[in-house]
Amino acid sequence: MTDITRFTRRALMGATAMAAAAFALPGAAQADYDFSGQTVEWIIPFATGGGSDTWARFNAPFLSRHLPGNPTVAVVNEPGGGSTRGTNLFAQRAQPDGLTILGTSGSTQFPYLLGDPRVRYEYQDWSVVMVSPTGGVAYVSPTTGVSSIEDVADLQGQRLTYASQGATSLDLVPMLAFMLLDLDVNYVFGFSGRGEGRLAFERGETNIDYQTSSAFINNVTPLVEAGEAIPLMSWGVLDEDGNPQRDPTFPDLPIMEEVYEMVHGEAPSGDLYDAYKAFNTAGFAAQKMVVLPEGASDELVETYRQAWRDVFADPEYQETVGDVLGAYGQVTDGGAEALFRAGTNIGDDVRSMIVEMLEQNYNVRLGD
Amino acid sequence: MTEIFLSALTDILTFQHIGYMLLGVIVGLMIGVFPGLGGIAGLSLVLPFLFGLDTTSALALLIGLIAVIPTSDTFASVLMGIPGSSASQATVLDGFPMSRNGEAARALSAAFFASLVGGIIGAVILTGFVLVARPVILSFSSAELFMLSVFGLSMVGVLAGKSLVKGLAACGIGLVIGSIGGAPATGEFRMVYGVDYLYDGIPLVIIGLGLFAVPEIVDLLRRDRSIAGEGGLGAGWFAGISDVIRNWWLTLRCSSIGAMIGAIPGLGGTVVDWIAYGHAVQSTKKNPHFGKGDVRGVIAPESANNAKEGGGLLPTLLFGIPGSGAMAIFLGGMVILGIQPGPSMVGTNLDMTYTIVWSLALANIFGAGLCILLAVPISRLTLIPFKLLAPFMIVVICFASFQATRILEDMLALLILGVLGIYMRRFGWPRPALLIGFVLATQAETYLYQAVQFYGWEFLTRTGVLIIIALTAGSIWLGVRAKISSSSRDELLAEEPAHGPGVAENIRARWPQLVFAGLMLVGFGLALQDALQQSFLGQVFPLMMAAAGGVFTVAVIGFLVFGRVSTPAAVDGEMGIGTDEAVPERSMPASLFWLAALVALTWMTGFYIAMLVFFVAFLQFRARASWLMTALLTAGAAGFVLLLAWSLNMRFPGGLLQDMYRLPWPFS
Repeated sequence: MTDITRFTRRALMGATAMAAAAFALPGAAQADYDFSGQTVEWIIPFATGGGSDTWARFNAPFLSRHLPGNPTVAVVNEPGGGSTRGTNLFAQRAQPDGLTILGTSGSTQFPYLLGDPRVRYEYQDWSVVMVSPTGGVAYVSPTTGVSSIEDVADLQGQRLTYASQGATSLDLVPMLAFMLLDLDVNYVFGFSGRGEGRLAFERGETNIDYQTSSAFINNVTPLVEAGEAIPLMSWGVLDEDGNPQRDPTFPDLPIMEEVYEMVHGEAPSGDLYDAYKAFNTAGFAAQKMVVLPEGASDELVETYRQAWRDVFADPEYQETVGDVLGAYGQVTDGGAEALFRAGTNIGDDVRSMIVEMLEQNYNVRLGD
Repeated sequence: MTEIFLSALTDILTFQHIGYMLLGVIVGLMIGVFPGLGGIAGLSLVLPFLFGLDTTSALALLIGLIAVIPTSDTFASVLMGIPGSSASQATVLDGFPMSRNGEAARALSAAFFASLVGGIIGAVILTGFVLVARPVILSFSSAELFMLSVFGLSMVGVLAGKSLVKGLAACGIGLVIGSIGGAPATGEFRMVYGVDYLYDGIPLVIIGLGLFAVPEIVDLLRRDRSIAGEGGLGAGWFAGISDVIRNWWLTLRCSSIGAMIGAIPGLGGTVVDWIAYGHAVQSTKKNPHFGKGDVRGVIAPESANNAKEGGGLLPTLLFGIPGSGAMAIFLGGMVILGIQPGPSMVGTNLDMTYTIVWSLALANIFGAGLCILLAVPISRLTLIPFKLLAPFMIVVICFASFQATRILEDMLALLILGVLGIYMRRFGWPRPALLIGFVLATQAETYLYQAVQFYGWEFLTRTGVLIIIALTAGSIWLGVRAKISSSSRDELLAEEPAHGPGVAENIRARWPQLVFAGLMLVGFGLALQDALQQSFLGQVFPLMMAAAGGVFTVAVIGFLVFGRVSTPAAVDGEMGIGTDEAVPERSMPASLFWLAALVALTWMTGFYIAMLVFFVAFLQFRARASWLMTALLTAGAAGFVLLLAWSLNMRFPGGLLQDMYRLPWPFS
């Protein structure tokens, strides 16, 4: 008897939720939120002047233009703890009233995926309303004797050197890619940015490196033209179904998955590849995200998504976005949802495998 | 080439460009005067306006803004002894003593005129250097950068004051504090003891404020006088300008040092002012009185730090690597404008590079000129009775301390380092030596590790490294020579412990110093213990630094216990040992109490409420001001802080009250 009651009650609740969702259609929802005269705080857990800050400050005026009531959108920088501090603060304090939103980055996703003890936030509580993808390209020095990715077998025999920002930074993605391709790479840590890493490459101190798309186009392309760098592969992008595809910015470059097939004769699979996929998505395809705090209503989420749809359709936005953020389509709705899921979920055994690998090979201790 | 020059010049010399630049200069000045706000705040203020502007105007606005940051923060360093940013730390050493001698206006105008000249010389050097900058910058590998850090560390010898062992021990403390947080080679966390705040290491600005500003504020509070004392303002701004002209050769050298070091990415702007200061100390033969108000100690760092900004443009524009905080912001602004840094800045976009370099020089002239005009009226601040100024200064340093993260822990760290600074001042432990150690700890460790990884130990035979080793040796030799000429024969021989009053007598007279040195030794012990738990690459640097620091501290203790009466190691400001300063009448804890009270109140009620309570309490109970005065000053401070926070979207640190209740801004 009790079982049946419970069943019906749950069914009833389900029905109510569905009804609520049905009523929460775009348009109808819009009227509920009017932010006129108010200030939306856009928390950026990074310092002023960095990539995430620039991204938010570029987007903020457009968001303000397309949110109902044209609120002021203020970027509030809360740096510290590799972005965990500001994000913890958001998780702890933000109310789901639409007046506080968070901009995250790969460096916010990575500690979460790795189980860093400083992380006191849970991505699954939040609702994603926008995702900004980016990409990356790996390249080598011609001193390796390689002239294109066709010669990848020649790379496998030698000891390569890579300038890294740290084993738990975004540089984990190339590290996993190189492991998948059986490359023997010596990681030299302590670089404070990819720019410094590129400098080490230009000085000939390292012979393998990667740059994000815009840095690659501006700073490595001249090297490629001068014959001082050989592009290898891109990290690719994800299509609507979450399958890796060639990066539209670099259509001629194979993605890691293709190179894997060249090397191993089969499509990549297994725990290591799952880890690569999760961190690649979290670090590139879903690098920057805008999320609403726990408890955000469907109406609020829809209000924000509508605002982003309008931003993306804004001719002035379309005209400038490429120069500032690179030629990647900004995403909202289902596409954002899919990227969010792929970039914030990792199997427990995959996680422990990576943590163990980092601990054994690079002395990384996430436990203390 | 001429074509490019002309195109850049016509870009700059338009009414619109200069107008926007002036706007940037004025905004930057207004913000920069307030210690610790600087460029980051300025950028958030002007950013919304950047979008509507065309590229040249927006660039002009940005450049105007960043050009005045290293200039305007000089007001706080000279007048109040508050180093607002890393660029003005060395200026405090002689700038503030000049204010205390009633020479504030002279110090300021010398500083600003030196800035102006430095900015122009920097731009002239850069105009030629831009074309060869890429290969030159690329020739500085981790090996050369490591040797440059060692060169910076060798300045400790110059900055150590009379007792070299104390300087080395203080530098060791700095190196150990600097190694708190993630290890460069492995990322493992050192000496964090589970405290989230320590994971990132302690911010430089807090070290500067704690070591220099807090001890001075406490000392002035104990003396109950105005900063300038009885003497009034004395010589005005003309004296300062002629000081710079008289020392034109020093200004020129320091500007060149600034432009060159600023252009090397990785070393960063943080040591430029110290290297310039050290250079001034070791190269001055005529009547030096550094640390007590020598105008050359102001001219050197100020001419260097403005030239540095120009130099810092190069790695920013050519490689997208910002050399300083201000440059990071400039880079962010450039990206928003759709200008991507890269090799094209010396190719197809060369005219834009020249526009930027020369605009910076022009903005320097405007900014420094404005500052010189303001120097005399603003320096009147030093005539105000300190008890009325003190609450403002205490709030200002707290505000400056939490500029980056805005949390209570910043204030706590300030308080703890402030106590360290107070005792270092009392016992004559050279604080600049600690600061140099702190600044260079991470750089020295990172670059040494990278150099060994890339080149093996043969890195020591690289040409660049050998050149820098020679420079370092030369600098040490100059320093030794300067020391010998500045100390009498007696003082030199005093380093040798000889039979003095006897061990028991020494311990009795010097026990406070011994206790302090003992505590430092315990600190080194803790660092050793922590280092032993790390992996090899994570432990090797702090292990060696803590061991060395410990050995020097033991040597200090040895001098204190066995040394004779005149040993330079023995200094105790409270007991009149080794100092010519009069002992202040009020007690130290009573003055420090007020800063501690503000921190404690913030912990309970959040910063804004705490500040209001603190102001009223201080003015009533300590300054014994009338109720009208109390109300006026409190309202003034409250309104000003509110305006600042509102226009900059700042949140204050919250306390227990905010954890329990949701309060409206600004109390939230």
